[in-house]
Parts: sequence; structure tokens; C-alpha cells
Amino acid sequence: MPISLKVNGVERTLECDTRVSLLDALRDHLDLPGTKKGCDHGQCGACTILVNGRRINSCLTLAVMHEGDEITTIEGLGGPEDLSPMQRDFVSCDGYQCGYCTPGQIMSATGMLAEARDGMPSHVSESLIGKANLSDAEIAERMSGNLCRCSAYPFIREAIARNTEQSQ
Amino acid sequence: MSDSFTMNEAQPRLLDTTDQGLIGAPLDRPEGALKVSGQATYTAEYHPEGMCHGVLVRATITRGTVTGFDETAAAALPGYLGLFHGPEFLRNPAQGMAGKAPTQPGDRVAYHGQPIALVVAESFETARDAAARIVVHYDEQPGAPVDPETAPSEEPDDRTVQGDLDAAMRKGAATLDRAYTTPGHAAAAMEPHAALAEWEGDHLTLHGALQMIRYNKAELADAIGVKPEQVRVLAPYIGGGFGSKLGISAEHISAALAARALKRPVRVVMARQTVFDAILRRTETAQRLRLAAETDGKLTAIGHEDRISNLEGEGFAEPTAAATQFLYAAPNRLVRKTISRNHRTPSGSVRAPGEAVGMFALECGMDELAETLGICPVELRLRNIPEKHPETGQTFTAHALAQALREGAQAFGWDKRTEPGTRREGEWLIGMGVASAARTNMLIASSARVTLTRDGALVETDMTDIGTGSYAILGQIAGEMLGLPIDKVSVHLADSDLPGASGSGGSFGASSAGSAVFLAARKIRDELAKRLGCAPEDVRVDRGQVTGDNKKAALADLLVEPIAMEASIESGETAKTHFSSGFGAHFAEVAVSEITGEVRVRRILGVFGVGRVLNEKTARSQAVGGMIWGVGSALHEELSHDPRTGHIVGRDLANYHVPSHADIPAKMEVRFLEERDDHANPIQSKGIGELGISGAGAAVINAIHNATGLRVYDFPATPDKIVQGFMEHGR
Ligand code: FES
Ligand code: FES
Repeated sequence: MPISLKVNGVERTLECDTRVSLLDALRDHLDLPGTKKGCDHGQCGACTILVNGRRINSCLTLAVMHEGDEITTIEGLGGPEDLSPMQRDFVSCDGYQCGYCTPGQIMSATGMLAEARDGMPSHVSESLIGKANLSDAEIAERMSGNLCRCSAYPFIREAIARNTEQSQ
Repeated sequence: MSDSFTMNEAQPRLLDTTDQGLIGAPLDRPEGALKVSGQATYTAEYHPEGMCHGVLVRATITRGTVTGFDETAAAALPGYLGLFHGPEFLRNPAQGMAGKAPTQPGDRVAYHGQPIALVVAESFETARDAAARIVVHYDEQPGAPVDPETAPSEEPDDRTVQGDLDAAMRKGAATLDRAYTTPGHAAAAMEPHAALAEWEGDHLTLHGALQMIRYNKAELADAIGVKPEQVRVLAPYIGGGFGSKLGISAEHISAALAARALKRPVRVVMARQTVFDAILRRTETAQRLRLAAETDGKLTAIGHEDRISNLEGEGFAEPTAAATQFLYAAPNRLVRKTISRNHRTPSGSVRAPGEAVGMFALECGMDELAETLGICPVELRLRNIPEKHPETGQTFTAHALAQALREGAQAFGWDKRTEPGTRREGEWLIGMGVASAARTNMLIASSARVTLTRDGALVETDMTDIGTGSYAILGQIAGEMLGLPIDKVSVHLADSDLPGASGSGGSFGASSAGSAVFLAARKIRDELAKRLGCAPEDVRVDRGQVTGDNKKAALADLLVEPIAMEASIESGETAKTHFSSGFGAHFAEVAVSEITGEVRVRRILGVFGVGRVLNEKTARSQAVGGMIWGVGSALHEELSHDPRTGHIVGRDLANYHVPSHADIPAKMEVRFLEERDDHANPIQSKGIGELGISGAGAAVINAIHNATGLRVYDFPATPDKIVQGFMEHGR
């Protein structure tokens, strides 16, 4: 089945099996393996990308459901020579070890900051109204869908904290 | 190995004199930009022309024989390419450093979930569908023992018996006799196990998520019946290992066999559930700890007995009491192991095999004994630090336990610790706990090549970087020795065509491969001295200048001809006369909800003596990673088995609870003590990645006791157990 997607600002078309997940479409059909597969079941967050600006687990959705959608992957955030500020902070804070969960952490954090800017509360927010102050507890709660078995958590959050509105 | 250096005596601290500001510096990882931009390529991410996809088929019986496969339904699918099985298939992954094929069981099944065949198709989706349609016929042999309590067991004879434990227990002023249990653990590295096999003629190239390339090459060649020269293994990026990728396993062999038959590259990536089924787990343990002490806290007896499990014929036995053998002095000692032989998924090395679970018993036992004696638990440990290895009489190399306990207690605010169950903030009970950290340090034979040209240096070895920082530290060692800025050093790793190193395992990689790089660079310095015309011991290489014996030259001028040197190292006399271990202390503060039994870790401090720190930043990450694993094993992680089949239930990341962001506080602090381990290796460093977990969980459990007055003996300390404890205490 033919599908057209806008991936990292570029129109891409591909012919694929209806069973292909959006994650596998990126990794295996569009040559964008930066998005990782850790579980294929929505349990680890390694496959997090932005679809129309919102973060999702790309393993839990089929490519054919995304006709015309705007997709942002880690490759669209910044390459090795032009890293985004968040990517740079992951490097300087050592917010990773093996690097496998890292693209998912960074994409998830990018989506999470946008959610916070839009006033979305979390389970630990003091109030449902108004903008949450992105304390460490808030960031931890909002990032808990992204597992890191290397356990770089404190340093991942340090990198994210450098990119919140309050810290800018 | 060409003219190998043997570690027979303490070596001079050359790296303390080179003065280039690289060694130990908290430099960013050189591969960092690739990792954060998704450009670091892991095994499953290569797409050679014509690649097809394999999905493993698993056994759904516990014990018996496969009598046939019916592929009719699968073969009807367009794009189906075939079913592969046969005598080369593996029963289970090779244990670490095996260097030869693990058991190849033919049509025999020995555990539920054993990979028995591979389905290959043009697409992953078709292969997955086809694998589900394969009908397997078995001749099942029912009644396979799967419960370690009741399965047949054996007792290996390497036990320790010193003095008379029973008599000492009768006489002790204070004694402790406790049973502890820990469940099985999964390494659960974030990258699922993967292989990509490609043949060119009779030569196999295998990209694999593997930790020990030199051994893996030999294992692979042995398993498929080719010469090692015909095999090349590559693993430049590995998405975590923690022991689970030490040896070759089903995906490598099956990919190699299918690729040879189909004459096409074949990729096999394990589903997460298959990783749980078919990758070696950490055994569950049942432990008995006995301690006896005088009133002043001096231990008179230590007994540590344990029961672990593994499949018949597997040589690996979790060394549960590893730290007990040398951490504390006591004249009467007993260490004894029983191995249950059963048909659960076989067990193997998972981060700090031994200490990770054995130190729960030892360190929680010490905490309880301290309470019985009315002695501060920090003090009790300080009073029992041995002069020499209590079993072997070896001299300890740098031994930081006392300093770590003292400095840690001070930095953590240990003096603010209150009586158990007395500090409260609303529904939360607050407490602090301590535990010692210890993890044996080793030097494993390693080789490396360093090439120095006018453009900079190139470091080459088959050493892997599984997130441990090898790319960073090996470059730092070479740069420090050769007077180069770090961006003039490149590091090529994890290719079996390069000189063979230890690989990543047992926390020995950095020191072992690092020593080989150090020695190769030292040979280059010797050659530079020769070219300059000075004695090798006088040469200084400082920021592009070479000096010695009042002579001076620009490095570039001495490099009209490049210099390439290879060096090898192996352990020697110092490993016999001395005993090297990382030591440290963990301090944890927790809050326990009196309503829900939930435990929240508020902060942890780890203070460690690990010899020379090679990169402060990656070292800190390794240590914190280990400490977080300690939290996981204390509070959440638990493999459960179906009592009928032994099959691992909850075999995914939603049911096996590795720590997540919300479980881990920001305050995970690490301090490294200034230390050099002169007898360990010529760079005076020790392992870090496993020291961080060793004892960390016990500190959390001891903090729970201090918060609530409850003792948990069956780990992990999940809320149900805490609530049960509250109820038993009438709360
Ligand atoms: S791969 Fe999608 S959540 Fe794990
Ligand atoms: S960096 Fe390895 S899993 Fe997060």
C-alpha cells in the first residue's frame, strides 16, 4: 500500500505492507534507524518520535495510519555536526551510556517540554490549571515512559532540565 | 600474542608524570554526537543488498524431543524463504569467555522457550507471521523438575571450611542465623539481541550485539564448523550488555546458517519476549547467613551457604558468596554452595554475578547484627576489616573500605540517623542505611595496536564499548602517553580483525584493554626516544614536543616514518601474591509510606576506591548505573516462573520492572577516592561498573529497616511485603 509522510520536513513516499509499524517503516524502509526498537510493545519508549508535534511510541502504530502526517525523528532534530541544544546537553551531562535509549529519551523530552509549555499537567502536578513548574519530580514523572537500562536517569534529567523554559 | 607483558610486579606510575591533563579528565565521549543524533549504527541497522529477515521459533515444552516441523501453513505465505534448524543450533548462549560452542542439543529441548528453529522470509512481517504458523511436533518427556526447592541438586567441592563455625555460633556473644531469598533477574539491555550474517564465499561476516569479540569469533567458528580465520565479527555499537551478550547465542548461529543456505544476508533480531526466554538469566538464590561476634563487635564466625540453579551441564555457578570470602575477618568460616539442576531458562552472568545478590545477605546480616550488638553499623564494619585475605592469606592491594565508610558517613550526614521507626514526615517514615561495596578486580589477557603518524594516533583493538566508555578512555590513555590533544586520537574497536582484548565483562575491560593500549603507547615512546637519541626512561612527550637528555624535537619531525606498535598484557605473579578488589560504601536514604508500603529512594551516596580513575565522567556514570541496578534489585526486579513448566512469565518490560525515571532520585552522588592500585596493572586502575551494584541494594534494604523497624529477607521489598510487616507489628 502506498503511503506519503512528511518526515523531518521532507515528503517521503513508500510502498509498504499494512502490517508495518511506523517504527519499522522508519528503520527499515526509510533508512532512518536513529529511532530505536527496544520492545516493540510500547513498554520502553526507545521508539519515541513526534507525530504532528506530539510524542508517541512509533512501535504501537501502523505506518498506513499516518498518511500525510508530519513526523519528526532524532535525525530531524540535529545531525552530529549541528546538534540541537538538548542533544549537546545529553553529551555534556553524559545523559547516556550505550546510547540505545537515547534518541527516544531526547525525542520524548522534546515532546514533553512542548506539553508542559501547553499547560498539560502530570500525575505529580500540584494543580491541574496553569503551567507546571518543571521540577525534577515533574520531569521524572513525565519521562517515565522512557526506560534506560544503563540507568543514566539523573544525567538525562540534568540535560533536560537545562532546556526547560525556566532555565532559559 | 606477540611478546606479552606479564604483570609480575608493581609498575611505576608513569601516568602520574605525563602531565597532559587527559587521563582521568571528565571528557565527553567521542562517539557522543553520533549517539545523540541517531547516527551510531547498532547491529540491526545495517541493510546490505538482498537482506532477508529471520524470526526464531521457540519450544513450548519444557523437556523432550522435537520430532518434526510442519511448515505447510507458513510456506503458503508469499515471501516465505524457509525453515532452518539442525545440529548446529544451540541449546543456550555460550557462557562468558567460553571460546567454544555451547551445548548443541540436536532435537532435544531442555527448557520452555528454547529457540529450536529459524523462519526466514523477505520481510520481517512475513517472517513473524510464518513463525507463528509453524507447527512443531514433540515427544514430550513430562515431569521435568523446574522448582529449585525440589529439583535434584549437587554440591561442588570448592567449599571453604576454616575453624569450627558451629562451635563459634554456640559461643558467640551475639549471633545471627538468617535465610534470605532473591529471585531471578534479567539483564534486559535495551537493545534486543541481534545478528546480521553475510557470507562471501566461505567467509562469514557477522554483525552481532556481542561483548567479547575474540571469544565470540572462536565460539561462532566452532559452532558452525569453520575455521576461526573464516569468521569476522563486528560490534562497533552495542545497546547495553550487562553480561547478557557475553557469548554467542541463537540469533548468531541461526543467522549464519540461514545466510549460508540462502546465499543472502540474514538478519535476526530477538523479540523482547524471546530475550527473556532464551538469554541467560541471573539465577534465583536461597541463602543462609550465619554470623557470630564478641561483644565488641569482632566477628568470630561467618557462614554463607547458598543454593542457586542452572541447567544440567552448564558450568556457570553464580558465585553468591564471592564478597563474603574476603570482606570481613573471622577465624571460623564456612562457604558452601548447592546447585539445583532444573529446567528453567539457564543461568549465567548478569552484572556482578555473585556480589549483586550475595551482598544482600551479608550486608543486611551485618546491619542486623550491629543492631543486636548495639553498635553503629558503620563502626561494626570498620572493626572487621581484615589485614590479609582471610581465606588465602594474600596481601590486599589498595584497600579503601575504611576510608570509604568514614568519608561516606561524614558526607552523607550519617550522624543524623535516628532510631528505627522514629523519623516521620506525614505518612512517610524516613530512614538511612549503609552497606559495604566490594567487587573482585581482574586483569585479562589483552592486546592493542597504536599507530602514531604526523596526523595523530590511531588505537585499534577488538575491545567493545557497551556503554562503558571504552572509546573515551582508550583514546585518553593514548593521548596522555603521546602528548596529543584528544581530537588527534581516533579509536577503532570491536572488529575481530584487530588485536584481541578482554572484551567487556567482569568490569575488567577498561583496565585490561587500557593496559594494552598503555603498553603499545609506551613502546612508541621508546621508539621516539631512540629517534631523538635519549634513554627511554628520560623521554618526555609533551604537547607535540619530545624532549630527553637535553635534546628536543617536534613530534612531527620524528614522525617522517610513522610508528606502529602492538602490545599485549597478561596477569602474572601479582595476581597470586596479592588480592585486588574495588571497595567502597553505599549510603541510602529512603521514605516508606505507612499507608501503601511504597518505598521511595530519596538519595544515595557511593564512595569508591577504584584505583586510578580514567575518565571521571564515564566512571561516575558506570558507578551510578550500578547503584541504580541495586535499587532495582532491592525494590522491583523479579523473574517469575510458571510452576508447571518453569517458563518465565511476565517476560517483557511491562512486567519485569527495571527502574524508571520516577523510581530514581536526582541525588545519586558518587565520590571516587584518590587511589592507585600498583599491583593490579600498569595503569593502576580497577573495575567500576559492577562495584556500583555490589552492596547498593542492601543499603536500601537497611534504610527501610531504619525507617520502619521492619526487616525484609525475601527480595525485592515490594509494598505487599512492607504492608505485611506493618500488620505483623500491629500497625
Ligand atoms: S520499542 Fe516502542 S516502546 Fe519499546
Ligand atoms: S543509554 Fe543504554 S539504555 Fe539508556
